[in-house]
Amino acid sequence: MKPTPSSHWQDRDFPAAAREVLEDSQTRSNVRHATNVIQAKRDAVTGELPDWEPLRDAGAAIRAHSLAHLDYYLVQFEQACTRAGGQVHWARDAAEANQIILGLIQRHHVDEVLKIKTMTSEEVGLNPYLEANGIRAHETDLAELIVQLGKDKPSHFVVPALHKNRMQVREIFQREMHLPELGERPEDLAAAARSYLREKFFRLKVAVSGANFLIAENGAVCIVESEGNGRMCLTLPDVLISLVGIEKVLPRFRDLEVFLQTLPRSATGERMNPYNSIWTGVQQGDGPQEFHVVLLDNRRSPILGDAESRQTLQCIRCGACLNACPVYHQTGGHAYESVYAGPIGAILTPQLHSMEEGRSLPYASSLCGACYEVCPVKINIPEVLIHLRGKVVEEDQKTLSGRFGMWNLGMQTAAFLFASASRLSLAQSLGRVAQKLVVNKEGMIEHLPLLLSGWTQTRDLRPLPEQSFREWWAERTLQTDAARTDSGAGGQATGRGSSHGE
Amino acid sequence: MESNFGARNAILGAIRSALGETQSAERIAAEYAALPRGYKRHGTLPEQERLRLFQHRLEEYGAGVRRVASDAIGDGIRDEIAGRLAARGCKRLVIPYGLPKGWLPAGFDFEPYGGNGETGVSLGPTALNRMDGVLTGCTVAIAETGSIVLQSGEQQGARALTLAPDYHLCVVFAEQVVETVPESFARLDATSCLPTTFVSGPSATADIEMTRIKGVHGPRFLDVLLVG
Ligand code: SF4
Repeated sequence: MKPTPSSHWQDRDFPAAAREVLEDSQTRSNVRHATNVIQAKRDAVTGELPDWEPLRDAGAAIRAHSLAHLDYYLVQFEQACTRAGGQVHWARDAAEANQIILGLIQRHHVDEVLKIKTMTSEEVGLNPYLEANGIRAHETDLAELIVQLGKDKPSHFVVPALHKNRMQVREIFQREMHLPELGERPEDLAAAARSYLREKFFRLKVAVSGANFLIAENGAVCIVESEGNGRMCLTLPDVLISLVGIEKVLPRFRDLEVFLQTLPRSATGERMNPYNSIWTGVQQGDGPQEFHVVLLDNRRSPILGDAESRQTLQCIRCGACLNACPVYHQTGGHAYESVYAGPIGAILTPQLHSMEEGRSLPYASSLCGACYEVCPVKINIPEVLIHLRGKVVEEDQKTLSGRFGMWNLGMQTAAFLFASASRLSLAQSLGRVAQKLVVNKEGMIEHLPLLLSGWTQTRDLRPLPEQSFREWWAERTLQTDAARTDSGAGGQATGRGSSHGE
Repeated sequence: MESNFGARNAILGAIRSALGETQSAERIAAEYAALPRGYKRHGTLPEQERLRLFQHRLEEYGAGVRRVASDAIGDGIRDEIAGRLAARGCKRLVIPYGLPKGWLPAGFDFEPYGGNGETGVSLGPTALNRMDGVLTGCTVAIAETGSIVLQSGEQQGARALTLAPDYHLCVVFAEQVVETVPESFARLDATSCLPTTFVSGPSATADIEMTRIKGVHGPRFLDVLLVG
């Protein structure tokens, strides 16, 4: 059986998925703890740099420039990488990427491969595809290993298992590694992972990775990591296959001087993560002697054409916007039902699915702007969110069910009413009469009917006041005028909206 | 492999039509040259402060640092190496080619590694794993981030060398230590195609409850000998 690879997991909308997570107090407290810790560290190490803002400016400008000339830089990368002994492949979509990678693996007649954490491979559903074709992919990043052995899904793309605490990790390892005596200290758990994987590092011949950056001028690839599992996979096997989104290219080697400062500080709150590996093609006597890069489009190229949302592709996947987001704090990553969670996920996911899926995600935000403030490449996520909300509405209005859907009718009605002072005033008058049915003894509204019921699900409302501001203003103006006329000073009515009275 | 030209051209075509017109290489270069670079590129600390910062950062990561006066080059380095190896209980070490003979103290086994056609044995990863440690130099080091940068080649060897053994002792000279990350890139630029590894402390993870745990897959112990 060869199932079509799932390139997404979206089956419910955000509110439905979030409701489930919000009831899981263990997960919520794990997420809160982890995001608070990273955020505090991140604030400290970015705050100590006097040139943090110029670094963000440079990072944003370099990424924007690379995207504006993406075809040019990709071709440059391809030529340089090929010259250095690497092989470059192009994949239009998830299915094509999976086929290419499977084909490369099968040429070496192996049924196990090593994997370094890569969200791009989650995006294309590589692991299940390989599994269905008889190839077992071993995740080697500690957190990914926890997720894989726990048959779970990553909830954060820097710290994929941040929703699990040590006791939960121990349970998974005890069961899956057959270690009934395993201790619960993080050191014990890391040691268990070390011995579980070490034999595999030395034995397996093929590794699959992602990449943080591609360098156009010399064909280099850069991977940033902590544990050394990345170095193991990049160095020891005979064959290395890197699956990389087309947007990840930078013009020059020296551009890394910006991102190797901003990425670690934003991602894990460290001045530098333990290991960065940079390599170019194949080096005789050092590392894999066969190296492939698979460049993945998977609906990235159309995003380039949208001037307002092109900046989405500037992302360097640091995860800072997740940690800063008040919504993510509450729900964690699973509520997004998508490989890419948090604020960046809310704008990237729907675009990677041509706005056909993840349509509730642009609404999973309070637009507070915390994500924009921390983003090391200055992606204006709130701006893109609003732009995408507009797109969702536009698309809805193209279909009959969308046009006559309750949301659209409600919004259109609101637009109609708010557009004219007299209409608004009339609606307010009607509302004051109608609300008599729903105001309770305490003078509050606990439940609104039908379409409006969502608004009172989590709050009580005050009723409309007897008099609106406009009415009060008009009345006051009349009184002052009258007073002035009385005192002989004369005067002019300044109130613009004249009240209809009741 | 049969290159998939269809996909290549389709993707490049899609990118071009999304971007609109393609610019000339000169235009792109000019635009690149005009990108804002207002960040700090050159350090300002005097040498001794720079070295102290480097030491401090390394120690924060849990690496051991020993200072050796530069006037003692020769015996000083060798004696300090002997001291470190004894303290760490290391007997058998792998060494890259090009390491000065004068550094190697008596009483230890040093296996020269020749993965690149140089003299020495080419050890597989399993054999490397059985070594007690590895002794290397470096290409450049960064004070602000406590990083040492290794490039494949003389005195540093292939990447596997500093990966599989559980202990890494690295000799760093004062003039190799720059203050900022951009300064390190200025030095690395000429050899940017060599396999390059930035090492900032022993391998670590914070994947479980955000607690930094030293030593997962890379060397669990890192010592730096800072000369000068
Ligand atoms: S959008 Fe910005 S903050 Fe969020 S992950 Fe991407 S680079 Fe980091």
